[in-house]
Amino acid sequence: MKYVLLFAGTMEGIDQLEGSARDQAMADYEKSNRWFEKYTNEGKVVGGEELRGPSTATTVSRRNGKVTVTDGPFIESKEIIGGFALIEVSDLDEALEMAKEWPGTVEIRPIVDHSQERQER
Amino acid sequence: MVRVLGNFDVAEEVVQDSLVAALEKWPEQGIPDNPGAWLMTTARRRAIDLLRRDRRYVEKLALLERSTLLSDPAEADDRLRLIFTCCHPALAQEAQVALTLRAVAGFTTAEIAAAFLVAEPTMAQRIVRAKRKIVEANIPYRVPLGPELVPRLEAVLSVLYLMFNEGYLSRGTEAAMRRDLADDALWLARMLAGLLPDQAEVLGLVALMKLHLARSRARFDAAGEMVLLPDQDRSMWDGAGIAEGVALIEGAAALRMPGPYQVQAAIAAVHSEARMWEETDWPQIVALYDALLSFTDTPVIRLNRAVALGRVSGARAAFGEVNDLAMSLSGYYLFHATRAELLDELGEKVLAREARLRALELCQNPAERALLERKLSR
Repeated sequence: MKYVLLFAGTMEGIDQLEGSARDQAMADYEKSNRWFEKYTNEGKVVGGEELRGPSTATTVSRRNGKVTVTDGPFIESKEIIGGFALIEVSDLDEALEMAKEWPGTVEIRPIVDHSQERQER
Repeated sequence: MVRVLGNFDVAEEVVQDSLVAALEKWPEQGIPDNPGAWLMTTARRRAIDLLRRDRRYVEKLALLERSTLLSDPAEADDRLRLIFTCCHPALAQEAQVALTLRAVAGFTTAEIAAAFLVAEPTMAQRIVRAKRKIVEANIPYRVPLGPELVPRLEAVLSVLYLMFNEGYLSRGTEAAMRRDLADDALWLARMLAGLLPDQAEVLGLVALMKLHLARSRARFDAAGEMVLLPDQDRSMWDGAGIAEGVALIEGAAALRMPGPYQVQAAIAAVHSEARMWEETDWPQIVALYDALLSFTDTPVIRLNRAVALGRVSGARAAFGEVNDLAMSLSGYYLFHATRAELLDELGEKVLAREARLRALELCQNPAERALLERKLSR
């Protein structure tokens, strides 16, 4: 079973932080690197990237057949998606265990499996 | 669709999904030339999608659907797995309660809807959505092991206690019309205790429910009016039920795994064992509330502790403690009702009346409203 873990990020980059907040962010960053290393080695993380900030985002939307390109992410909120990992584990509990070790907020989404459809075509 | 699939649940789900897809797509893409055929094609595609899934999850879905309980002891493990799946923290708590009632206790959707005063289609949708999440997010069908067991068990117990309170607190004149949630919650808790005999908190919850139910007859008088603990006719209490509840706590305590349900049961036991309100062992009750606060520190528990403290150290001391909770409890009717009682004791009739009026504004429960109104008219 595959899931995507979506990691919450913040609007501020590490270089915009000061003092203890900056130290905490650095420590969390280290922790997340180790998390990726550990689970990649265990074969549970099969893909994933850190994303650049929302100021670099471009949204392509479609309404009534008309396509528009706009600056910015498609969800305007304080919390943003900072990165993601594609994981392959047996069930939601295993995904939850991994997510609990992440130093921050994580949204877990099961992926839709189209593999069998493709084989049959 | 039912004929084609031979499985009502899958068919029902598939048709619903296709309708949802239609509702999403038609406003954007326009209504297709033959909407009926479009729906059927979409439904069939969805159905194949669903049936292709891992066999295990089809089985799981079937199990969730099986609403009557089997009494075969070999089914015990299945039942336990089912409870843990229904009370998985990835589901919203209201969905956990509904699913447990449906799949484990065998309630119909209509009965659950009536118990929670929700429209039946709303409840049906809540259940369908929860079942779908179990399948699609692959929530495992198993009893958690090791360090995961205790936190997951807590979630199960809080679902059962919520169910119990919903039934117990709403017991009154109209209760006869509804299937009794409190009795079913006790039955489920007993079953859970049978399946997990070494978990002290499960026994604690059974004892707590038992001790509440043993005294429930005295909670309403012949006219159907609510009677509070100090004024209850204690000869109406069920002595055998109380003895059973007390024995259950003793059994739980022997396991040496203290927890909040055992402490709450102990508080209920101290009340149950007093022949009169005045004879209650108040210092013991205050000590038990302190123990409870060490597990869960909530303003409501502090309010209850303050009431007990009033019996030990006087209304003045209790009033101070209660007022300290004003910030967090100003929207809670029992906060104002408690202040009213204490103000009465302190001889502050005008302030007591004000507090009682505020409590009445906030109170929803008809029996408790009637009680407040009676006190106001005195």
